[in-house]
Amino acid sequence: MGRLFLIALPFAWLLALFLVPFLIVLKISLSDIALAIPPYTPTLDLSEGWAGIKAFFAELDFENFVFLTTDDLYWKSYLSSLRIAALSTLLTLLVGYPIAYGMANAPDHWRPTLMMLVILPFWTSFLIRVYSWMGILSTEGYLNQILLWLGLITEPLTILNTPVAVYIGIVYTYLPFMILPIYSALERMDGSLLEAAEDLGCSRLSAFWLITVPLSKNGIIAGCFLVFIPVIGEFVIPSLLGGSRTLMIGKVLWEEFFNNRDWPVASAVAVILLLILIVPIVLFQMNEQKQREADQ
Amino acid sequence: MRHLMLTTAALALMGLAAQAQEVRVYNWSDYIDEELLTKFEQETGLKLVYDVFDSNEVLETKMLAGGSGYDVVVPSGTFLQRQIQAGAFQKLDKSKLPNLKNMWDVVSERTAQYDPGNAYSINYMWGTTGIGANVGKVKEVLGEDAPLDSLELVLNPENMEKLSGCGVHFLDAPAEMIPMALKYIGEDPNSHDPEVIAKVEPVLMAVRPYIQKFHSSEYINALANGDICVAVGWSGDILQARDRAAEADNGVEIVYNAPKEGAQMWFDQMAIPVDAPNPDGAHVFLNFIMDAKNMAAASNYVYYANGNKASQQYLNEDVIGDPAIYPSQEALDNLFTTTPYPAKVQRVVTRLWTKIKSGT
Repeated sequence: MGRLFLIALPFAWLLALFLVPFLIVLKISLSDIALAIPPYTPTLDLSEGWAGIKAFFAELDFENFVFLTTDDLYWKSYLSSLRIAALSTLLTLLVGYPIAYGMANAPDHWRPTLMMLVILPFWTSFLIRVYSWMGILSTEGYLNQILLWLGLITEPLTILNTPVAVYIGIVYTYLPFMILPIYSALERMDGSLLEAAEDLGCSRLSAFWLITVPLSKNGIIAGCFLVFIPVIGEFVIPSLLGGSRTLMIGKVLWEEFFNNRDWPVASAVAVILLLILIVPIVLFQMNEQKQREADQ
Repeated sequence: MRHLMLTTAALALMGLAAQAQEVRVYNWSDYIDEELLTKFEQETGLKLVYDVFDSNEVLETKMLAGGSGYDVVVPSGTFLQRQIQAGAFQKLDKSKLPNLKNMWDVVSERTAQYDPGNAYSINYMWGTTGIGANVGKVKEVLGEDAPLDSLELVLNPENMEKLSGCGVHFLDAPAEMIPMALKYIGEDPNSHDPEVIAKVEPVLMAVRPYIQKFHSSEYINALANGDICVAVGWSGDILQARDRAAEADNGVEIVYNAPKEGAQMWFDQMAIPVDAPNPDGAHVFLNFIMDAKNMAAASNYVYYANGNKASQQYLNEDVIGDPAIYPSQEALDNLFTTTPYPAKVQRVVTRLWTKIKSGT
């Protein structure tokens, strides 16, 4: 009985918070656009009983998914989102790993403070932090003023509303998701392994590559997925910091929904996005599972 | 007897207290003198919840989703017309709106093309879509005879290439930008023919590389701070940028011009959603807004013309006397209006717009 409950609870959770919303979106993606409230047809009319349900299902079709293949905008946006997500994951790793490494090797009494410094920005609204980047990166912003004052540049740089600003925003925002798993992997590492390696004639650099990196592999993988997966669907950062040239599927989705009022096509875009995300999500879960088994 | 009267009075007071309801208003950003909001609460005893948006599309999505929870919303003419067709609004109870007598027939006649008989809406503000320019920077780039009042400034690639260095923003609103480009090439700005609309693609694509951003509200601050030098935007927003720059005294001088080739005239209309929780409160709000002094205070603050004849005597000279806000009869004849696109054409328009914005 207790065991059944233990299984039922996560399933009920999954059903209520994932499957039901997904089915609603899927249903809308099979509908047609209409000028009405809500702006699609058919809507399920239960008052007519079984006939109503049958008529409802008869009207659903995959027209909107076919439509997505007829226009190159959609696959270009998916690809561009994947590319941006991959590159920004790499950048976040390059910035995050040294920070995590430094934290793990800091004296014990420093660690809680360093941890706090990583987490603290999270206590401010995400939106405010992205907005403040607009103030830093704009043509008349702080960054340009400092660079001009230092004499490093003579003309202000245009950073805001370019892809560079999007990468800066993403790396900044998702950095803690990269640092924390790597830090927890590095912290558990047995320092005597490195001493042994050095005793056996390994240079510090090759000891790092041969011992530290492999032992933090799970942290790196977890961090990369935690950054990669949400960045693919990211909407806020590209729309606030990016210009018109940053093509991302989140923005396309927004435009379908708001500018075209085409909920059915918008839902079809969202369904495909979810299918694309399932691959990395499953890989991530498998990695977690493997790690749990290894720990046992 | 006296006891009874006291009880009645007490009950009436309790009734009033229970009636201290909310009116929820959803209006454009930077679009009202906020002192009016406090004044409304003091005068009517109603609690006002005031939220803002910056695009008709966002508002329309909320209206079509239903259950927005707002009592008063402010769509522009073409969007209003489509939302009326979708059944999103309720008819006004004109007996609750005595201040309707203040309205200006010059505007009401024009808004009736979107809302026949003005049955669902009252005019809040109206204006034109035109060009805001940082005079100093633009003249520095293009010389003293820069065409500040012409579409040549923003749609001629030669000028735009030079201006791209100091920053140009366009409205992220295809329903404004496509008619403007059609006007530039001498076509009917209100065309619903996809083949005619397609003609703007090369025009806009030619200037696209020089546009820093398509956005419908950021340009107010960006112009005022000197971050950008040209914006295609709404008249009053650019005039607000002009005033913010003047207040900041940062050496930025902004001018607004309705393009001489012809400019789009638009109307923002206040309407009551069909499922408004407090339609009575909504009528109280509309009547409050149509009060001559209140409407004048709003226009004096946001630098947009309104559709309220009686308010004109209370308008500041820099509002009623500014032809960029209240155009002369001759200029008024040069303005055009548009009607909403049918669903199929809308898709063509949005796709074209995405292509122009992203290059894909």
